[in-house]
Amino acid sequence: MIQSSFTERNLRILFPLPAIIFVALLMIFPILYTLFLSFTNWNLTSGTDFSFVGFDSYVRVLTEPRFLHALGRTFLFTFFAVLIEGFLGVAIALILNRAFVGKGTAKLLLLLPLVATPVAVGIVFNLFFDPTIGLANFMLKSVGLPQGLWVSSASSVIPALIIVDVWQWTPMITLIVLAGLAGLSEEPVEAARVDGASEWQILRYVTIPMVMPVILTATILRLIDALKTFDIIFAMTGGGPGYASETLNIMGFKYSFEYFRIGQSSVILVILFFVVFGCSLGIMKLRASSEI
Amino acid sequence: MKNKLISTILFYTLVIGIALLVLFPFLWMLSSSFKTQVDIISWPPKFIFSPTLQNYQKVFEEQDFLQYFLNSTIIGTVAVGLSLILGLPAAYSISRFAQKKLAVFILLARLMPGISFLMPWYIIFSRMNLMDSYTALILSHMLIALPIVVWIMTTYFGTIPREMEESAMVDGATRQYAFLAIILPLSGPGIITATTLSFIFSWNNFMFSQVLSMEKTKTLPIAVYNFVSYAEVDWGGVMAAAVAIMTPAIILTMIFQKYVVKGLTMGAVKG
Repeated sequence: MIQSSFTERNLRILFPLPAIIFVALLMIFPILYTLFLSFTNWNLTSGTDFSFVGFDSYVRVLTEPRFLHALGRTFLFTFFAVLIEGFLGVAIALILNRAFVGKGTAKLLLLLPLVATPVAVGIVFNLFFDPTIGLANFMLKSVGLPQGLWVSSASSVIPALIIVDVWQWTPMITLIVLAGLAGLSEEPVEAARVDGASEWQILRYVTIPMVMPVILTATILRLIDALKTFDIIFAMTGGGPGYASETLNIMGFKYSFEYFRIGQSSVILVILFFVVFGCSLGIMKLRASSEI
Repeated sequence: MKNKLISTILFYTLVIGIALLVLFPFLWMLSSSFKTQVDIISWPPKFIFSPTLQNYQKVFEEQDFLQYFLNSTIIGTVAVGLSLILGLPAAYSISRFAQKKLAVFILLARLMPGISFLMPWYIIFSRMNLMDSYTALILSHMLIALPIVVWIMTTYFGTIPREMEESAMVDGATRQYAFLAIILPLSGPGIITATTLSFIFSWNNFMFSQVLSMEKTKTLPIAVYNFVSYAEVDWGGVMAAAVAIMTPAIILTMIFQKYVVKGLTMGAVKG
């Protein structure tokens, strides 16, 4: 038997090693550093000196109403955005799930919002929502509805941002569900049809249950990204008016790069990390248990 | 067959309605980019107007747009290239040796909030005098590209039968040789998917570049964002800039449509 070389015997370590080192240096180490900093009172504006204050920064952040509002707002935004995207995305997928002239074009159009630069999308929607010159109010006016202030008012800014998120990411769910539908076997549907089931019954009791694992995975993937939504909020409102659209990500960004309160910003980032990490663990458990 | 006709008409009405909802921001952006400021701020909004190129002229002449364009291209290309070099062997190993934990470890970079590494990077890169350097920007964008490469290529390598490299190994080739000479040449479609998708995500990235870049390495999304803060009311210029930034990603998507769809839906749908 030929003695295999060192490289070959250790391939399973050597091949992924550069990627592992890279991720460890650029992700794991910085996250641990953030965790470390969250126990300090470091404020960059007053130099490089800092001291350990235990859980002091945690107490300060957690008792800050601004933080609690941002936390709640993050969940509120995510919940409604993903709920709407899930329903619309699945509905559109079910509509498009047949052979028709122009299906290729329809799928290409669905891709466009997904690859459009989010910052630019936000700015375009700012013009669209502009209370005095925007198309949104013009459309409302022409059908006789009262006009809105959209992102300029604290009470309508979150729904307006949700509209933008729904516009950009609903196609993601649609495309994933369409791919899932394309992979389904025809037999159960045929069998149900032979047994005299109506189209609605087939949809309700055969097609949707079969594609449910894909819908769930698509929704949860979207949920993880929605929790981290940054670009459109930052570009459209910067968290305003006041703090009315400030989510955890935006608040963490401001504490880090506008106020330079590193100790407290680290606490916000650690909490955001665990919120996202918890949801990610959820998705992996779900994927493992449903064997998708 | 009257019912059939009605349902066909209803169906196409729905499809066209969906298409219009998807398209209207693009159309509004495009038409506004050819409007004069007077036309843009007129009420009610003008749907018929005499188009002008002055917004594009302004963007490309007054702003250093070509430099930003170049920066985005350099950072995206190098970050994706290096991510392929790191990611392809890693994905091969994950796929062939079923290293699930390792896959999760690398994919965490895709799932975790970028800002939880960005803040420490800011401190570390400042100390190393790497702020506003291509090095810092490329490293940060690699953390966007690498998980995408690994995610897509692990799935792709899984579809290539093991017999492909095993028969070569029986003939005396080493596994690393078989990977380079047999597996990689078979992986064209997967590599195209991974490259296109990770380049687009790097191209569109805002948060990392906003913090780590200044004048020298400024990328397009930052330029577009600054355009708004400098010139709050110059909507025509902003819309022209938005068109300019979206066009390359949209062209890439049109060319590689099949691959982009595959890449975006992979993982949620097995196969």
